[in-house]
Amino acid sequence: MSNNSLTRIWNWIDNRIGFSDYIVPLMVHLVPDNARWWYIFGSATLCAFIVQVVTGVGLAMSYVPGGEETYQSLQYITDTAPLGSIVRGMHYYGASAMVMLAVIHMVQVFMHATYKYPREMNWMSGVVLLFVVLGMAFTGQLLRWDANGVWSVTVAAEMAGRTPIVGPTLAHFILGGETVGGSTITRFFAMHVFIMPALIFAGIGLHMLLIMRHGISEMPDVNQPVDPETYKAAYEERIHKTGVPFWPVAMWRDMVFSTLIVGVILACAIFVGPPALDPPPNPSSINANPLPDWYFLWYFAVLSLLPPQLETWVILGVPVLGFVVLFFLPLISNKGHRAPSKRPWAGGTVIFGSIAFIVLTIYGYKKPWSPDFGVKELPASVVGTDHGPLAEGAKLMHIKGCLYCHDISGYGGHRGPELTEIGKLLTRDDLIIRINNGGHNMPAFASSISDSELQLIVDFLLTRGVTQKPDDQKSATP
Amino acid sequence: MSKQQPPSAQPCCQQQRRTFLTRLSIGLSAVIGFMIALPGIGFVLAPVFRKPKQKWRTVGKLADFKVGGFVLVQYEDPSPVAWAGVTATAGAWIRRASESEFIAFSINCRHLGCPVRWVEDPRLFMCPCHGGVYYEDGTVAAGPPPEPLERLNVRIRAGLVEIETGPTPLTLTKLT
Repeated sequence: MSNNSLTRIWNWIDNRIGFSDYIVPLMVHLVPDNARWWYIFGSATLCAFIVQVVTGVGLAMSYVPGGEETYQSLQYITDTAPLGSIVRGMHYYGASAMVMLAVIHMVQVFMHATYKYPREMNWMSGVVLLFVVLGMAFTGQLLRWDANGVWSVTVAAEMAGRTPIVGPTLAHFILGGETVGGSTITRFFAMHVFIMPALIFAGIGLHMLLIMRHGISEMPDVNQPVDPETYKAAYEERIHKTGVPFWPVAMWRDMVFSTLIVGVILACAIFVGPPALDPPPNPSSINANPLPDWYFLWYFAVLSLLPPQLETWVILGVPVLGFVVLFFLPLISNKGHRAPSKRPWAGGTVIFGSIAFIVLTIYGYKKPWSPDFGVKELPASVVGTDHGPLAEGAKLMHIKGCLYCHDISGYGGHRGPELTEIGKLLTRDDLIIRINNGGHNMPAFASSISDSELQLIVDFLLTRGVTQKPDDQKSATP
Repeated sequence: MSKQQPPSAQPCCQQQRRTFLTRLSIGLSAVIGFMIALPGIGFVLAPVFRKPKQKWRTVGKLADFKVGGFVLVQYEDPSPVAWAGVTATAGAWIRRASESEFIAFSINCRHLGCPVRWVEDPRLFMCPCHGGVYYEDGTVAAGPPPEPLERLNVRIRAGLVEIETGPTPLTLTKLT
């Protein structure tokens, strides 16, 4: 077919659908020429969403959202289906990328104060999108319907159940009944596959519409604070003087970065693979170790470190307050300086938030507040001997669960104080009182430990941090 | 060609007609919305208001339980759907305290619902999530749980030990 024929066909189609009239002007709209690499995160978030849609549709063709068969279908996708492991991996790493890029995009917009006049609604629609994306991430984790999924949904229902008055109603709505069961996963499937993606599509549509309406913001300039009275006219004048067409002058950078992002997602899916499945989703199995995906570990840590009297208010208040503060931010401050150098509080907020996120995430991953059920017995090199009363006392430390919470020379949990030097710090009577009565978040052991067992443990503990002499070991013998 | 209406009457009647049609369309949109949404909302919310009757489930023969520590038992929840499979399983910690007395607790920690484990030697229940600890009578020994473990009813019928099913225990916020 000749070029002329192709041109005629295209002109016929273009005449009917109006591509040149409606789409081309959007593609070549003028954007500031000084933004360069700063504005690539929004388009990359959109690209990650496209990855999620495409891989999600693929997964949905084999995923069975119903009870026990859900787990079997996940096993099939991961282990048997051609390219199933890669598609599931791409969906997993795509979710991480989308959450990460959405947050980076928001931080960049916050630091450049792009939310100020006239782009307040751009920011507000973005905040709604971010929370829906987080909802997608959470429901997506539950669709990995294994033991971790079952207990994560239980935790979510318990958290919702703390809401005054309507708590039980919310919890039972989440569970699809009064307990986790066959009706639970189908609800989350509907939310993850239909409701939330529809909200994201609508939100992206609104977000893009507002970008076209108000134009891409320029880089902040200390000499150009935002004045709602004059901003629009001044922006129009500047953009017509110095702006460049989005396609292709600015868009190539978005394409380069998005290519990199999709490449990394694909590489992770191929070389690292999707997360391994936990045991089957049996709500009666106690051998589960529920842990949220990495983006929610900070919140998991917050819930563990809080004083109990604050807990309910933080569980319910943090998501609501976080949304309200972010959503209404432009209404609090929609004019004035945009330059970060003139807004030190903005930089401080981002630095504090980033450090808190990293520290709490590390804490959430290590979860030192949890008993270490897998701890091994103390070796002879730590005890100082492999026989006699000291060795028996050390063995009892393991049997009675002391080591689940207390670390001795690198062996044991971190829930309670380290006991490596306890022999220097407490007397025999102190130790006996503490073990018998408990206290400071430690259970009382008086009813579960005999006198002789207590003496052996105390004798052993009194040697921790104290230089041992051969006579000491003899004297410890009853 | 149709006959033109008098210029003085047309704007008045046309305006009234348009106002009526606007209100009619908005009203019918609301009616359509209700007709579509109500059955759907009712269907989705039904599990919230449908309280299944709790049932007694057999968890073993009386002779299988020795007097001593807790053992984990599994049973079917009160209203399993046909496709639930293993997800319709519930669990409880049960202890034969004497020849005729049994004590059973839900496995859910009262902090945020994670599964507690019975650790035999220190005679404690421990939660792997946020470090909640309970004594063998279910009372809180340490950690963040605000309430004791949920106790379940147990009965012996015809040489079989039965547990009464219950909803996942929720820790509620009481406004006082």
